[in-house]
Amino acid sequence: MRFVVWLIVLGLAVAHQDVWNWEDKTLVFGFVPVTLAYHAGISASAAVTWFLATKFAWPRDPFAEPEADMKPPVPRAMGRPKADEFEGAPG
Amino acid sequence: MTQLIIIGCYLGLLLGLGLFASTLSRKTSGDYLLASHSIGPFLLLMSIFGTTMTAFALVGSTGESFKEGVGVYGMLASSSGIIHSLCFFVLGIPLWRLGRRNGYRTQIEFFRDRLESDKIGVLLFPILVALVIPYLLIGVMAAGGVINGVTSGIVKPGDDGLTVIKPTFEPGTFPEFLENGDDGTYATGSKGGVPRQVASLVICGVVLIYVFFGGMRGTAWANAFQTIVFMVLGIVTFCVLAFKIGNSGLPPDAEPLSFFDSLKRASEAIPFEKATRSEISQSAFLTYMFVPLSVGMFPHLFQHWLTAKSAESFKLPIVCHPVFIMIVWVPCVLVGAWATSDLVKVPPPVQANPNLLLPFLVKSQVGPVLTGFLTAGILAAIMSSLDSQFLCIGTMFTQDMALHYGGKERFSDGATTWIARGFIILVVALTYGFSLFEPRAVFTLGVWCFSGFAALTPLAFAAVYWRGLTKAGAYASVLAVAVSWAILFYQSDFAADRDFRVVIPYRGVAYETMPVLTMFVCSAVSLIAVSLFTKRPADETLAKFFPAK
Repeated sequence: MRFVVWLIVLGLAVAHQDVWNWEDKTLVFGFVPVTLAYHAGISASAAVTWFLATKFAWPRDPFAEPEADMKPPVPRAMGRPKADEFEGAPG
Repeated sequence: MTQLIIIGCYLGLLLGLGLFASTLSRKTSGDYLLASHSIGPFLLLMSIFGTTMTAFALVGSTGESFKEGVGVYGMLASSSGIIHSLCFFVLGIPLWRLGRRNGYRTQIEFFRDRLESDKIGVLLFPILVALVIPYLLIGVMAAGGVINGVTSGIVKPGDDGLTVIKPTFEPGTFPEFLENGDDGTYATGSKGGVPRQVASLVICGVVLIYVFFGGMRGTAWANAFQTIVFMVLGIVTFCVLAFKIGNSGLPPDAEPLSFFDSLKRASEAIPFEKATRSEISQSAFLTYMFVPLSVGMFPHLFQHWLTAKSAESFKLPIVCHPVFIMIVWVPCVLVGAWATSDLVKVPPPVQANPNLLLPFLVKSQVGPVLTGFLTAGILAAIMSSLDSQFLCIGTMFTQDMALHYGGKERFSDGATTWIARGFIILVVALTYGFSLFEPRAVFTLGVWCFSGFAALTPLAFAAVYWRGLTKAGAYASVLAVAVSWAILFYQSDFAADRDFRVVIPYRGVAYETMPVLTMFVCSAVSLIAVSLFTKRPADETLAKFFPAK
């Protein structure tokens, strides 16, 4: 999925060079020149793409402990004691 | 006078916000410069967006659309939606992690550590400051122009020569050279409004005060507030102007058009060359894509990144930034294009200086109360960038020059803050001095400034992702940018030639490209070529930036 996200980013950059709209004066909805409407669409698509990137391609901290990332969640009853459960903690 | 009172109230409100933020300060230099790394997603989104959207976005985009047509949106806004978020994603997050782990406060601290080079700051600092100054200049110039534009009267020939009708201030209120301009023709004078020199000074003063008291925390709060103000008022401006322009020129007895019909009538009147990109070179449009890479090396943005509470805080800015750009730019670009139609009579001085278009439209189309509010919105966009830039250059001087070379033990925490403030005043005074000379188009100046930063971005990418980057490679890259930028800027007659392009002939066709492409290529090639043949940093140094394989 990470690869797909970066492919979409590349696709957006290519789609940005819309030579086919260059001399088209059509008004979308009767008031937005097509070249402007198309690029507003590119902006909206960029937001969706970056949303996908934050979901599927979020950069992992390379210095994070790999074991910590892979460790399954510890059941609450067996989890670490709370601070005040340590021996000698103020009551 | 009404609009001036509203602008004054807005500036007062902003000062109050800065002072309020200062009461939340932890009174340490870490809090003053980086808000103690406590900024969450919403405030990070608003402060980053407010910082990147300056006079360039409102005043510049409207003026440029008037000159070049609606293609301006594609040239910079939609490309920024892709590239800015890309930079936040691939540079902002790793740099935030490295900054938190190693305690960096500025870009130069990061590069110094990464490249094992104590002197990289001596080279990079003046270049970064020199590139920030035109960026500051954009804001300072535009603020003065906007306030003057909405408070000035109309110059008309009278019996005794030129006279000003409906001035805000009577003749004699300000010194003669401010009122009448250099040549006495009012062309550069205040025309009965607040002289732009005075207005710029007031704006600099207000921003300085809230930055001084509030530091980064105050700046982030003020940015968030101002971003909301300029987005809301931007939409209001658009609706009001659409209705007014769409209804202009109708017979006096005609029924006013509905809002939607006004939009249609205004857009149908846009000339062909402004509603399309027929006058924009395709190769220049393509190479414009390099300009938004500048956010990867903006020192003030680096500082904003470091204020984040966690890496997760970046998610909201990364996703929302392109949509926010769209919300601000689409109305401005449409308004600029409408002004090219027969429905709007733009006077010659405004045609000659596109920076004045937005204030002219606001003033000529709406009443003084709304003009006051809308001007406050424009000023909000300008000031939300100035504040971060002011704070950033102060931080850089303190951390990278005074403390690093002067010795950290020589200065107390309080003295550090005061050194930052002193340098900020110096740079603002310098910028203000430059702003008094012949004004350049905001958009053109902005593109030159952004191009310089964009050309430095290969250095940031390589520092984060390439172990092979060497100290010599970094020096070569920075010098290549400095030399290529200076040569091209000189060839453009110091930005006076608005349409300056680098022409690349290929197979009998001349391709027009933006100067940023040449600078970027010079930078990247120098960086890679020199790094391949010079000594890498020590393994212990690389281990701080790259995990063991």
